[in-house]
Amino acid sequence: MRKDIIRMLAKSKSGHPGGSLSIIDILTVLYYEFLRHDPKRPHWEDRDRVILSKGHAAPALYAVLAHTGYFPRETLLTLRTLGSILQGHPDQKRTPGIEASTGSLGQGLSIAIGCALAAQVSKKDFYTYVILSDGECNEGQTWEAVMSAAFRKVDNLTAIVDLNAHQLDGSTKEILNMDPVPDKWKSFGWAAQEIDGHDYRQIIDALSWARSVHGKPTVILARTVKGKGISFMENNNHYHGVAPTPDEAEKALAELEAKTF
Amino acid sequence: MKDAAMVNVREKKLGQATRDAYGDVLVELGRENPDIVVLDADLSKSTKTAAFGKAFPDRFFNCGIQEANMVGIAAGLSYCGKISFVSSFACFLTCKGYDQLRMSVAFPSANVKVVTSHGGISVGEDGVSQQSIEDFALMTALPNFYVIVPADGFSAKALIRQAACHKGPVYVRCGRPKTPVIYDNGVRLQMGKGSILEEGKDVGIIACGLLVYEALQAAQILLVKGIRASVVDMHTIKPLDTDLIENLARKTGALVTCEEHSMYGGLSATVSQAAARIHPVPIETVAIKDTFAESGAPEELFEHYGLTAKHIVEAALKAVQRK
Repeated sequence: MRKDIIRMLAKSKSGHPGGSLSIIDILTVLYYEFLRHDPKRPHWEDRDRVILSKGHAAPALYAVLAHTGYFPRETLLTLRTLGSILQGHPDQKRTPGIEASTGSLGQGLSIAIGCALAAQVSKKDFYTYVILSDGECNEGQTWEAVMSAAFRKVDNLTAIVDLNAHQLDGSTKEILNMDPVPDKWKSFGWAAQEIDGHDYRQIIDALSWARSVHGKPTVILARTVKGKGISFMENNNHYHGVAPTPDEAEKALAELEAKTF
Repeated sequence: MKDAAMVNVREKKLGQATRDAYGDVLVELGRENPDIVVLDADLSKSTKTAAFGKAFPDRFFNCGIQEANMVGIAAGLSYCGKISFVSSFACFLTCKGYDQLRMSVAFPSANVKVVTSHGGISVGEDGVSQQSIEDFALMTALPNFYVIVPADGFSAKALIRQAACHKGPVYVRCGRPKTPVIYDNGVRLQMGKGSILEEGKDVGIIACGLLVYEALQAAQILLVKGIRASVVDMHTIKPLDTDLIENLARKTGALVTCEEHSMYGGLSATVSQAAARIHPVPIETVAIKDTFAESGAPEELFEHYGLTAKHIVEAALKAVQRK
């Protein structure tokens, strides 16, 4: 998956490697272990929904969607080119498997609440996941939605926050420090669990825990490393929104070849 | 010739406010279609969605004072097969929910109906913060959105029913005050097609919302002055009925647009753009100039900000002169 992210970003010469690499482990576990879905029927009514609210991490989601069979892997290399089904940020009308057109931060949790309420109104048992970034929690709308989901006890919904500790202009501590993040979610009435967002065991346990909680929405606060897996990208905010050069991509792919996660 | 002021204009029969018509038709729609859900932002007594909430509590979501979140929730519901009606005051919903309307509703062409109340300056005494004079501009700028402005209770019901059947986003601006009755029951109205209310060959008056009644009055005054005016209720600003604009421009050779909105980005802009492209003729604009209004009784505000029949007559005379 990481290799595909590097390949498609290097080819498109633009995009967001840092936040894609920080969330890819969680997306992988979610799609392979937890999601009720059928890549051949992307509009199946009873499918679980995944909303990528941090839309700039689209390359990570595209990689997972390609690997799980929503579209051919070759399509990944068309990222960000005219006419491609793979837009710079997610587009639900163009890409099979994309549930919401995101990229303007702060909107995904509200949409996810809408999906979860639709399941309740229709008495269906599909489940909704939404993935937010830590920078995105700066947005007022995120907290409107946090308040609203707790008030409505929307328990068929799990938010996953990718706490990679960076946003575009620098570290979250420098730009708008929101610590302690878990306390904020809990004080709004959510059941919260903190994990290492690169530890598969912890991810699996947390996602299982989330499905077992009733009466309140759940949030998994995942401590992650921006640029995870590539030594020169890890915690290097240069790679928030800058694609690797051909040389860097080669180096990154060699590193990934040499190790497994 | 009689003095214009002495003309016995069309009798003013007050009927339902468009927001009341919305409240009524919403309950009917809710009964007919279990997929209809309604969201409001703590103004359900004013927008009139409260009746739906009472009738169908499981399908009504009062989101509190959270317009942005409300639009997002409405979008999510629509992605999962619901027909979402989302309501608040026109200024709050379009301004505070704009990015959400853009990204979560317009971009994916979501099946969300944005029906607002308290549009325009006829809100009256509450003043600028509650008066929406830029919603047509904002909403016509969004691809995929239809933009509708009913003139009376009957047309509000008819058009909102059609909006519910249309698959895609629709903006409907309703208003606070009771409206003069324009349509008799049983008249057929079609979303996307302007309604010709008067036929005259000298000038074409194109109006929407409360200005339709003023336009009809103006036509009577103009008749006494020997000018025969056509009057069109252009209840759908987008998509604009360009065939009608073309026919009207060709037939009359002079147009006047009338709206309870800023002169920028609304009916005037849309009609002028179409006419300039298809069949250019002199056009005069009756709208709020580039200014905010203020507190006052609605009729005083209409007079002060130039939105009455008298102002339409002046504009029509000017347009005719420019032929």
